[in-house]
Order: sequence, then C-alpha cells, then structure tokens
Amino acid sequence: MSKKILIVGGGLSGTIIANGLCRQLGKQIRSGDISITMLGTSDQHLYQPGLLYVPFGKIREAELFRDQRKVLDRRVPYHIDPASNIDVEAKKVTTESGKTYEYDYLVLATGSRIMPQNIPGMVEGAHWFYDLDGARKMRDALDAFEGGKIVVNVNAPHKCPVAPVEITFMLHDYLTEKGLIDKTEITYTYPIGRLHALEPVAEWAKPAMDGAGIKYETFFNTKEVDPVAKTITSEEGETLPYDLLVTIPPHNGAEVITASGLGDGGWVPTHREKLLRDGSEDVFVCGDTTNIPISKAGSTAHFEADTIIDNLVSLITEGRWARYYDGKVFCFVETGMKTGTYVWFNYTTPPKPGPPSQMIHWFKLAYNRLYWLSARGLL
Amino acid sequence: MSRRKTIDARGAFCPGPLMELIATLKLVEIGDDIEILSTDKGTVTDTPEWVAKVGHEMVDTIDHGDHWSVIVRKAK
Repeated sequence: MSKKILIVGGGLSGTIIANGLCRQLGKQIRSGDISITMLGTSDQHLYQPGLLYVPFGKIREAELFRDQRKVLDRRVPYHIDPASNIDVEAKKVTTESGKTYEYDYLVLATGSRIMPQNIPGMVEGAHWFYDLDGARKMRDALDAFEGGKIVVNVNAPHKCPVAPVEITFMLHDYLTEKGLIDKTEITYTYPIGRLHALEPVAEWAKPAMDGAGIKYETFFNTKEVDPVAKTITSEEGETLPYDLLVTIPPHNGAEVITASGLGDGGWVPTHREKLLRDGSEDVFVCGDTTNIPISKAGSTAHFEADTIIDNLVSLITEGRWARYYDGKVFCFVETGMKTGTYVWFNYTTPPKPGPPSQMIHWFKLAYNRLYWLSARGLL
Repeated sequence: MSRRKTIDARGAFCPGPLMELIATLKLVEIGDDIEILSTDKGTVTDTPEWVAKVGHEMVDTIDHGDHWSVIVRKAK
C-alpha cells in the first residue's frame, strides 16, 4: 500500500528533505509506493542569511529569491495552502483553504518568525533586518544616518545566533567607510552575562569590540522601547538613549503549531537525536520548529534534514533507524566587511572558532550562492 | 496551580542554558517553576546573578555529579 509523506513548511529544511527523499526513493515514487507532498506559504523561497547584507547594499535582492517550484523536485506536488490544523492523533493536516491531507509520515518544518510586537514600542521604534521589508527600512535609515547613538539590541530567543555580532561589526566598518564612525557611538546589548552565547565567540568579541570602540551592556533583556523619547529599557532596569535602534527581535514558532496544541511558543517538543516529536513515531520535526536547545540556524536545519532523510528512507525500505542526529551546527561569522571566521560544534564537541581571515569571508560570499545547491539537496 | 517545566540543556553550547531559561520564562505563567539541566558549571553562578537582577526567584540548585539542576520560579 502506498505510503504518504507530508511535509509542512517550504523553507530550507522542508525543501532539503523533499529533494533528498526524491533522490533516494525515485524507484518507489515511480511505482506509486511512495508519494511526497509539501504545504507552504509562498511561491518564493527566501535565502534568509542574505538579509544581513541588504541594509548595506551588499547583495542584489534578486539573489535572495528563487521560485520554490524550481527549487523543489518536480515529483513533489507543492501547494501554497498553509496548514491551519495539525492532528497527530488522526494523522491528518487541514489547510486554510479547507482541504485535508492524510499522512503516514509527517515532517514539521514550519520555522520561526520575528515577534517585535511582543515588546511594547519595538515595532514603532526599532529597525531590524530579519525580513526583507525590515532590512529595506534599515537600509533607508542608514542612508539617512549622519551620526549619533546606535543601539544593537538582542532578544531571546532568536535564530541565526551569530547575526547580532555580525551586524555590529559590519555597522562599524560601514560607518568607518562613510566617515561617520567618529560621530557615532555603537552600544551592543545581550541577554546573558557575556557578549555571545558561545563562550569562544564572546571571548573573541570582547577585545574586538573594545578595540573598535563599541560599547556593550550584558544582562539586558528588553522590557520596552519608547519611540518618542528614543530610549530602550531592560527588565534589569537599564535605560539607553538611541538615535538608531537596530534590534534582533524575539522569535516564536509558527502559529499553527501553537493552535494545534503541539508546543508552547510554536516550538515542538522533539527528541534531540531521533528528531521525532515527543510521543510520536511518525512525526519528524526539523529546523527552527524543534524545541531542542541548540542554535536555530540554517546549518542546524540542514544537518537535521540530512538525518531525517536517511532515517525516513531506512524506516520505509528496511524498517530500521539509519543514524542519530549528533547536534552538529556550523556557522560562518562575518567579523566585518572584509573578514570572517567560522564555528562548528555538536552535542559533545565544544566550539573553537579560528582567527578571522579574508579567505573565509570570501567563502561565505561564495556560499551565499552555493546555498541553492544545498536547498536542492546537492550540497 | 503552579507547574514545573524542565529543559534539558545538557551539552547545549548555543544558545546555552541561561538563554533557554530566559526564552522559556516568556512562555510560562507567574508562579511556574523552570528546571534547567546543565553541564555548564557557569549556569550555577550566572543564573542566580541574572535572577536577582531581574526579580525572579531562585528555588534550588542541585549537583547531580555530572550535571546540575537549576530551578527558577517566575515572579513577575
């Protein structure tokens, strides 16, 4: 009897899984023994890490997008019809158009979204680069900026955990090139007691910020923004004035996850090695959607997706598990406009970033284009 | 009635136990407890420092030998 695999979410992890399954299950798909269907929210696939470059005019917007149907293997029917309810007991997903999809295996890859509206005044008073509209507005604000106080404000939880330090050093280099750095004071705020969650990154960032004249406040969790007085206040009682506020807003998972009772905040409780939803044997969870306490990043989604592909194929064809996810994460770190480094770690190997170099910066720029091979399941 | 939510952040290098605690506090009710399991000894000192600054309540810290349980109650 034909087995139905349903993938909810058309971002990076859902797309890698769909394409990877097609590459390994071609024979079964041809014979009709397997069908793979994807539900998504947009006809466009966005390369999210590229948004970092938009405020500085360092990437063409066209490079950020591809037609999702062209990124996806043509053997996968793609429906732009977002899921409105996921019933893991009845094994079916209902969509906003009212259709119902049954499944034998479900992949939840619904991602995360920024929630600036969760903090009073943030929408009115802050800029961000985590979506295209915000990145364009931040670019316009930087064009008009003539010096003053910039606050780079980081909130928990957020995806792409190195982006806050990247944007800070890139801002510094951008303002230096524009001849505005002497008229500018940059202050970086971070929720915990050091400058980055990754201790080696924090140890590198502190002297680098000191050397660049960048100020910082740790244990700073945003309580509210006053867009009229132009101040930002923390739960810990600090208030900072700003002329330009750049925020990494807090994130939630997808609304459909919360609405379906699958996880507080839109994060699905997930086994950290099997990547199965807790309590399910037929629901895999991938990327930002999980509640696993590791980085919400594209590379995490990619390595998890590879694991899920191997396990789904093995379970379907041989009835056994192929391997467990080891917690691998790999992130490039832009350390300015001309240098970069990288960091990788897993559940048992601590991170140890190397010294920044121009070569790694160039490799990151190259990866901005190689990404599309990752999404297609080729890299 | 207060609830207890446990987060297994053992071996979590990023975003790390304290960041997980801060994110989870946003999702629970006042009076609820959050238990963080951590292999990072820094959690034992960082968490009380932050909890005191922000006005939540430390409930307990337990040394299990190979990891710690740090329990915090949401107070505001």
